[in-house]
This record gives sequence, structure tokens and C-alpha cells, in this order.
Amino acid sequence: MATIREIISSFRDKPGGIIEAYHAVQRECNFLPEETIPIAAEVFGLSEAQAYGVATFYSYLSVAPRGKYIIRMCESAPCHIAGADTLIKAFEDALGIKVGQTTADGKFSLELTECVGQCQGTPVITINSVPYVDLDPAQVETVLALCQ
Amino acid sequence: MIVRIGLSSCGIAAGGLLVKEALAFAFEEEGLGWELQQTGCIGMCHYEPLVDVIHQDGSINTYGNVTVDTAREIVVAEMSGAALEKYRIATDREPNDCLAGQVRIALRNCGIIDPESIRDYTDRGGYQALQKALTRMTPQQVIEEIKISGLKGRGGAGFPTWFKWNATRQEPGDIKYLICNADEGDPGAFMDRSLLEGDPHAVLEGMIIAGYAIEATSGIVYGRAEYPLAIKRLGKAIGQARAQGMLGNKIMGSKFSFDISIKQGAGAFVCGEETALIASLEGERGMPRLKPPFPSQRGYWDKPTNINNVETLANVPWIIANGGESFAAMGTADSKGTKVFALAGRIKRGGLVEVPMGMPLREIIYGPGGGIKDDKRFKAVQLGGPSGGCIPEALLDTPVDYQSIKNTGAIMGSGGMVVMDETTCMVDLARYFLNFTQDESCGKCVPCRIGTKRMLEIMERLCAGEGQPGDIELLEMLGQQIMEGSLCGLGNSAPNPVLTTIRYFREEYETHIHDKKCPAKQCKALITYHIEADKCKGCTLCAKKCPVNCISGEAKKPHVIDQNLCTKCGTCLEVCPSKWSAVSVS
Repeated sequence: MATIREIISSFRDKPGGIIEAYHAVQRECNFLPEETIPIAAEVFGLSEAQAYGVATFYSYLSVAPRGKYIIRMCESAPCHIAGADTLIKAFEDALGIKVGQTTADGKFSLELTECVGQCQGTPVITINSVPYVDLDPAQVETVLALCQ
Repeated sequence: MIVRIGLSSCGIAAGGLLVKEALAFAFEEEGLGWELQQTGCIGMCHYEPLVDVIHQDGSINTYGNVTVDTAREIVVAEMSGAALEKYRIATDREPNDCLAGQVRIALRNCGIIDPESIRDYTDRGGYQALQKALTRMTPQQVIEEIKISGLKGRGGAGFPTWFKWNATRQEPGDIKYLICNADEGDPGAFMDRSLLEGDPHAVLEGMIIAGYAIEATSGIVYGRAEYPLAIKRLGKAIGQARAQGMLGNKIMGSKFSFDISIKQGAGAFVCGEETALIASLEGERGMPRLKPPFPSQRGYWDKPTNINNVETLANVPWIIANGGESFAAMGTADSKGTKVFALAGRIKRGGLVEVPMGMPLREIIYGPGGGIKDDKRFKAVQLGGPSGGCIPEALLDTPVDYQSIKNTGAIMGSGGMVVMDETTCMVDLARYFLNFTQDESCGKCVPCRIGTKRMLEIMERLCAGEGQPGDIELLEMLGQQIMEGSLCGLGNSAPNPVLTTIRYFREEYETHIHDKKCPAKQCKALITYHIEADKCKGCTLCAKKCPVNCISGEAKKPHVIDQNLCTKCGTCLEVCPSKWSAVSVS
């Protein structure tokens, strides 16, 4: 397994490559571990504050550990009028966590996302970026059972 | 025989990959040498997974909502030379109703070709426009042709494409950039996703032609993190185009050299704004900056940069191949050509349609869109995402062109149409949009950062039944100030959903404030559930299903809801058998 320094350094010559470097670290670690920020600052010639600023600006980057399965509920209007609130609540109840949290066993994280462009079948969730459409609260258990 | 299955992300989400496996399995079992192909989305997303059976004579049977089981039935029927009528939704001679009235320019290949095959693209005339531009036209002539076409930006602002190209071209400098803005973020819009997944070469060809016109040295696609399949297919297409000499040094034997790379965003709505997009490309927080200087003057790494939206670029090869006048022959005086619209919300047939500009909203919603879900009553259509506005029933005959839509207070935006029926509360919807923009505000401008927060607090108050007289006027004043005091398009338009709903649905706001009622029965704080004693048969279903056990009553006798405990989840209404319909909302 490549170290975080090796991953980040491989983007050294890409101008403005810090976001890609963060994506690459996340592919390996599932989040941005603490040492990522000072290393990225050093490699890209930024202050740690700037490097941290980038890491926390974007919703797909996370400085906190996340679950193996990241469930994202679309928070856009088409999903809202199709009953996204009830669906979020069903996921929260089934997992015993609130949006923004990760289950104690580290298996699931529940997050909100912008529109994922699957508005033909609202409400929509994604699990590790794979969309599931036309969901209703009764299907929550089935969907979670797919995550093995 | 060729069997073609729709495998854009909408098809895959509907189970397309399983159907593909089932088809392959059936071919093997029956010993059939039929060819299995994939294609993008034809726009009839509500019928996904879609399967086309293409016969030797060229005739086609199209099947909709195909499942693993029906896939096999279809194969068996087609083996005997018959169509499986009950699942057939169209043939080549009788296209589905959804396609009636459509003119497909940007979407010309979507749902027809295999997006991962450059051969499929060139077989349908792909890259001929590029060849024409490179060999028979000067960059200035290319810009002139786009000017004749009247093409305007399809991403939101609706700025004339030729003007931007010309401005970038005229800037001095050896290094210029062409950026494709694939950060489609408007809720309810998914045409760019569909184009990138269904016909990536069309976007690339448009980019190369644009690059030639402005004499750019390289191109970049800024793709959303939310669209992994689009990025994957585009990456594959770039590799194919390089291998065939459409990208790289001396393209197609000309003197023009140009290459394209992809940069992936990381989830920030504001990055669709061009200066924020550039900041993100440069590895910074995606925060907009003041214009001028415009990107055409000082853009990516301070070099002249032209930024176009995906759909805009997909139109370009068609215009160059067919001439600007053919494009300008469609549409209205100020809005030429066609536009792709995404139909979402309470509509029967959700999906994508491409129609000539100027078609009335009603024709789109009740034509290809099929009308309102469950035959409920149309209430409003939201155009332009969180920057747009809600158009009421009285204005349904508004022609869809840039100016007419603007006159209603909404904007064309990227073409997302979110249809609402009588069960949508406009106050709640406006609150929701505001919640979105408040969340996505980058925080740079105080009026946007704090002003939207204050507006949101008022909206939340209204929905909670705590509205006060004067709130509407306060919202209007705040909205005006936020629009005037913000730097970028996000802040300039953030109050739009509130202001247009006040404009067209003022009485709904007033009912929330003065009567503490929600006419659409959506705002939980303003509604109560009752069991009507004369209708209730005492089946006990509601009492069993109530999550907070607030329904009591003996079997076969009328039940009662304890209003102090009720969380207004609506479960009782849902489970009460329709033959009794004993639960009412007021």
C-alpha cells in the first residue's frame, strides 16, 4: 500500500492537483487522515490552513473517518417533493444514526448530497456512488442488506 | 439480429445490467448468435430498462421496463418472429408518444449508438464536422457559422456562444484554454449527464472545434464527482480520439494541435459558476471572484479561457456540419435551435426531451411528459433550479424561450423542469430551495451568506405556523438586497424561488401566516390527522402501524388519535383501507 506521502507526491507536478491528490488519498483510506493536510501543504506549497480549507470546502472530501458504505441521500427539490424526508428518517431509524454520522461498527455513513442527476426516479440515494432510484421507506432494509 | 440495451446510469439504476446478463444467458441457452449491444439513454427514463430488438431488415421493436423475467420472454417471442406485444412500447415505424414533437440535435445519437465505440459515432457522421472545420474553414469562419446559428449557452446564463469564442480568440497570448463545464448541478437537470454517458464523442468533437476557433492550446472537462459513469465514458472516448488522431498533435493532418484532460470536482454546487470553477481547477476552494476581468481575458492560470456547457458543445458539430442557418431555422426570434429539457417531479413520464425553442410549457408537460402523475392537478413548474422560479398554471402557455421565461420571473437555466401538483406546498418548496442555496453559498459575500440564512429562518417560521404579519414584505426586501449585494450568479438569484412563489402564490403565504393553515397539507405543524368516527370500521390497522402508539380504540369500534402525541407522520392515512378512507387531514 502506497503511503499518503507517496500518493500526494505523485500529483506534485500537476498544477492545482491538490483536489485530485485528495481524491486519490480517499480512494485508498476512505477519508483524509490527519497527516494528509500538512503533507499536501508541503507538496503543493500552501499553508496548512489553505490545504485544510480545500479539504473542508467540498462535500465529497472528508477529514473525519467514514463508513465502508457511504449512503448519500439526495437533498434536492425533486427528491424532496417525492418524500425524501421520510426516507432519510427511515435510514436514520434503521441505522440508529443521524445524517452526518457513522455507525459504531464503521460500516455505514449517512450523508446528504446535491442532485445526482437521476431525477427520473425520485427519491434517489447513492451507496458508494451507485444510484438507487424510486425508493420508499419499506425498501430500506432490503437496500441495507445489499451492503455485505 | 441485434439486441440493444440502454445502459446509461438511469438504465443501470433501473436494473439494466441484470437484464443484460439475463439476455446473454437466454442467447446462450437457446444457442442464438444474436449480438448484444449497449447504448445510452433515449430520454424515456421512466421506461428503463429499455431493450431494442433490431431485425435483419432494419425494423425495430422497443420494449420498456424490461425485467430479468421478461427479458427471457422477449427473446423467446422474437425467436419465433413475433413481438411480445404486452411489453412493446414502440417500433421504428410507430415511435413512442414521448418522442412525438421532439427534434433531436444535441441528443442525436443518445440511445442509438454505443457510447463506448468511436466507430459507432463516426458511422453516424461523427468527426466529419471537425474535418470540415479543420480543412475548409478558418477559425473566424467557424465563429461566423456559430454566430449565424444563434446558439446561446445552454448552461444557464444564455450568453451568445460566438461572442464568448470571439472574445477569447481576440485576446493576445500564446496559451489559451477551452473548458467544458460538466458541473451540472441544478436539481432536476440531468441532460449533461445523459449526453456524456450517451454520446461523449459529440461533446469532444464540439470541444475540439471550439478549441480550433479560439486557437486554444488545450481543453479541460470539469466533471462532477456525482457522475462517475460520465467521467469513465468520457475518459474512454478521449483515449479513442487520441488513438485515431482526433486529439493530439496535428489533428487529422492539419496544423492544429489540441488535447483534452478531465478534472473531477469534489461536490460543490457553486463550482458551476465559471470563476468558481476556475478556482477549483486551480486546486482552491471553489469561490467566485468579481468580473471583469472575464475568463476570456484572465481565466485559468490567468490565461484567456473560454468556458462552455456540455449541451452547448454537443450542438456545435451539428451546426458546423449542417450550417448555422439550418439551426437558426428552428426556434424563435431570440432563441434559436432546440433545447433539451429534463422532466422531473410529479410528472407521468420523467426523462429527457429535446424540442424546438418556443414550444409552450403546456405542450412539453402534457405532450412528451404525459401530464401529471396520478392525474392530479397541475400546480406549478419550477424552471432554472435554485436560481429559477415557479411558473403557475395561468402561465402554462408561455413559450419556452429565454426572454419569455425571464418575463415570468423564472429563468431557462439549464433546462430542468420540476413539475408540482396540488399536493406540493409552495411555501415549503421555496423554503427547501432556500435551504439548498444557503447550504451551498460559499460564504464570500455577506448578503448571500447571512441574508439567505435570515430568509431561511423566516421561511422556517412560516412553515412552523409562527409566521407574523409583515413577513412577506420582509422576505421581499431581503431578497432584493441579497440579489443586489452578491457577487456571483448564486447569490444574485438565490431569492428567486421565494420571490416568484410570493408573486404567484401569495395567498398561500398569507394562509400560512394569518390562518396558520397549509392548503397543500404538507407543513406538519399546520395540519392535524383525524379519524372520522362514522367511517372508521375499527379494523385496528392504523393503531397497529402508528409508530408512536397514539391511536386507541377497541376492535370494530371507531378509533381516536391522541393529538398531543401525534407526530403527523401520515402512516394512519397511508394504511387506512381505501374502501373506508376514514382518516382525514385538515
